[in-house]
Amino acid sequence: MPMSIDNIFGIGGTALNAQMIRMNTTASNLANAGTTAGSEDLAYRGKRTVFKALMDDSMTHGGAPYVGGVKVDKIVDDTKPIPKVYDPNNPLADKDGFVYQANVNEVNEMVDLMAASRSYQNNVEVVNTARELMLRTLDIVKA
Amino acid sequence: MDILGNALSVHEKALHVRDKRMEVIARNIANDDTPHFKARELDFKTVMAKFEPSDLMANTHGLHFGFADEVSEDDGMRYRTPFNASVDGNTVELTVEQAKYGKAAGDFQATLTFLQDGISGIRKSLRGD
Repeated sequence: MPMSIDNIFGIGGTALNAQMIRMNTTASNLANAGTTAGSEDLAYRGKRTVFKALMDDSMTHGGAPYVGGVKVDKIVDDTKPIPKVYDPNNPLADKDGFVYQANVNEVNEMVDLMAASRSYQNNVEVVNTARELMLRTLDIVKA
Repeated sequence: MDILGNALSVHEKALHVRDKRMEVIARNIANDDTPHFKARELDFKTVMAKFEPSDLMANTHGLHFGFADEVSEDDGMRYRTPFNASVDGNTVELTVEQAKYGKAAGDFQATLTFLQDGISGIRKSLRGD
């Protein structure tokens, strides 16, 4: 029987990894929030992570104790419409004088960043508690 | 005489179940942001009941029917009922899970303490001091 405290470390680890990727996409969104482009296709679209639970062994690397954890299934573009702004003096403006801005809302991104960071902290606590219990279990021989 | 077996008795098994329960809650916390994830819970009583000596009739003859086959396959896993439904179909409520995880860690420590008492008892009796 494998020690399932190992599984808690594995599960916590997958969650930390997933939340870190989410924070990275948020950072990318914030960095690109003010960018403009010359056409709708070239405009930056906000990136969103979609999480997926690791339900069984077939979804993990052979024998890794991650079952029950989480992974980033895919990163999708935000479907909000791209803001089209009339700015004929902008060197990027198209023939009608429009530029296309990123469809990123900074306030939403900050909220998402805080949510991801809270989730990250939560999982750190889970791993910490498991670690303490593991150490206490080792101490049992000293009783 | 099985000294160690008697001293550790039910607590050794309980430790396994407590450990498993913490894992289940850790899964819930990890999947707090996963769409359609359903929070699970381990029913301690169901799992522990498997370790108890059964009072079923023993098979003393080759032609007796086996009762062992009829023991339920219930692994004690249950789905949690959320207080509030969420739009993405996820039933993890982080505050609930945090509280449960804290309690589970406490339970784990309690079982550890019982085990420790048993072991130090054996130690004392062996040393005779």
